[in-house]
Amino acid sequence: MSTQKVILSIEGLGKNYEIGSAFSRGKDVVHAVENVNLEILEGETLGIVGESGCGKSTLGRMLVRLETPSAGQILFEGEDLANVPAKKLRSLRKQFQMIFQDPYASLNPRRQIGKIVEEPLRIHGMGKEERKAAAQDLLKRVGLDQNAYEKYPHEFSGGQRQRVVIARALALNPRLVVADEPVSALDVSIQAQVLNLFKDLQAEFNLTYIFIAHDLGVVRYVSDRIAVMYLGKVVELAPAEELYANPAHPYTRALLSANPRMDADDKRERIILKGDLPNPINRPTGCVFNPRCPKVQDICKVESPLLMQIGNRQVACHFPDNE
Amino acid sequence: MSLKDSSEAVFSESPGKIALRNLRKDKRSIIALSILGFIVGISFSAPLYAHFVAHTNPFQSTLDATISIHGEQKAVLEPSTTGLGLGVTPIGPTWNLGKYFLGADGQGRDVMARLLYGGRSTLLIGTTAGLLCIFLSLLIGIIAGYRRGWVDAVLSRLLDIIWAFPVYLLAISLSVVLLTSGLTIGFIHVGPGSFALPIFIIGIVYIPYVARPIRAQVLALREREFVRAAVGTGAKSSTIILREILPNIMPSVLVFIPIIVSLSMLTESALSFLSIGVQPPAASWGTIINEGLGLLYTRPIVGIAPGLMIVLTAAALNLYGDAVRDALDPKTRARGD
Repeated sequence: MSTQKVILSIEGLGKNYEIGSAFSRGKDVVHAVENVNLEILEGETLGIVGESGCGKSTLGRMLVRLETPSAGQILFEGEDLANVPAKKLRSLRKQFQMIFQDPYASLNPRRQIGKIVEEPLRIHGMGKEERKAAAQDLLKRVGLDQNAYEKYPHEFSGGQRQRVVIARALALNPRLVVADEPVSALDVSIQAQVLNLFKDLQAEFNLTYIFIAHDLGVVRYVSDRIAVMYLGKVVELAPAEELYANPAHPYTRALLSANPRMDADDKRERIILKGDLPNPINRPTGCVFNPRCPKVQDICKVESPLLMQIGNRQVACHFPDNE
Repeated sequence: MSLKDSSEAVFSESPGKIALRNLRKDKRSIIALSILGFIVGISFSAPLYAHFVAHTNPFQSTLDATISIHGEQKAVLEPSTTGLGLGVTPIGPTWNLGKYFLGADGQGRDVMARLLYGGRSTLLIGTTAGLLCIFLSLLIGIIAGYRRGWVDAVLSRLLDIIWAFPVYLLAISLSVVLLTSGLTIGFIHVGPGSFALPIFIIGIVYIPYVARPIRAQVLALREREFVRAAVGTGAKSSTIILREILPNIMPSVLVFIPIIVSLSMLTESALSFLSIGVQPPAASWGTIINEGLGLLYTRPIVGIAPGLMIVLTAAALNLYGDAVRDALDPKTRARGD
């Protein structure tokens, strides 16, 4: 984090899904992501955590424009990715890539590994010999054997496949990589290897990561800053160590208390949230967290708190913890 | 270490090559291909047989011909001796490849020669119609599944319209209409006697049965992460369809080919049997069965022989289809996961 230049900035980003057939359209709307504002700094790793269905994957897919936002802007290099013509978008895609959760579904089973890694280069017009050399180099850099080039995906384990996926994502020399739960499908022993690979490559390629995960240990290990999402909203954004040491939002506290700790003397109480994640179609009024919040007050049921700067963190809560 | 090296030196096989190897080992495919090869071989040498072996023109009536069997002259068509004495009884099988091997039909034509010519028509129409159907289905299925939205809605409703008719009812109605007038598309005119008509009709009626499963597969593939990854690298739709989606639907297409070709062949025979497929004097297995219908009590071989050919060909095609399906099924081979 030598430079603190903003590489990507998102303003008021939202995504709605309309549910129902062509005849009942417009009846129900799922607010998957609502009014998210973030700035991603060059060279950092921004972790995004939250439970299933909180909209973190949708947010990640919007950032690389695999999903079209319903509202807001994604500013990248002076271009608004949310409203850029298709042709322009295709050439801009070189600069931001995505890594998916399931390494078994991420590779076309009918193509050779080398061809898979080369494909992005072919699309952007690199010559045959040149891109073969580039692909072989990439495979080496992600720690695969020389002869991986000729093989097919079914000959590889999950961890090796994820290395291929990473090699493909890096083929175009992108500046930003969005990794959507890149290690959750892998064995724990393999997770550490792949996470270290992520860290090594970040230094080598000068990458900026957006790292989406539900495993708090994984996010803490890789992230510089962490955004906590709940029901489509960012509720807290803070530097990683500070977030873990001193969570300000009641939801972050509950989330962190659910993370098992090795320390037997830990006296922090375990916070158990009542109920389930509310239905994203009928969201609670006021603060989206109010039905489950241990500190709920009357104002929480009426007024939605905005993300406010407190010290070097941002919290969306009427009554944040200040320890 | 040396052990590890040697295991890694094993060359890699594509899923397609693995399937091909499985297929080569499968006895069913060997049997089916031998039968098909034999039938196709003899059918396409029909003109050679008629000209050099049987010395006959199977498209011309020879009402007063005679042949000599064991030095005895016999008429090919003899007046009927049963019932009212009306009509004729053609000569039965001589089992002599040189002349009337399977006997003659009601017009004194060599049944064996007609059987081979008929096989040629049936196989030609069945295969072409089957491939036409697969091609159009691929086109419609991929466009509908990939584009989704209103394009899918329109194409799917069109398929529903075809689907709503029973296959034979639709084929018969189309045939009856088109056979009287021929078909004119733009400046291309297809006459009523052309093979293009049955090919076109049969090619159309089976489209929904192939296009729908293909559309469903494309819809599912579109959501797969490797397709999203291709979108994410900036690939155009045409690239994604050709390089990511098409190779992954090819296995099901390959399984469909023998089945649809066999169905097309059966449909062609049925239409020809009803005199609305291949038009006389041209022969197909269906028209020969139709001719054999009137001779069923005196010379049953005329109807039975083409019937057997149809059964044999369809059975061989289905057997081959089964073998292809098993060879391509990932569950039957060891997973490298």
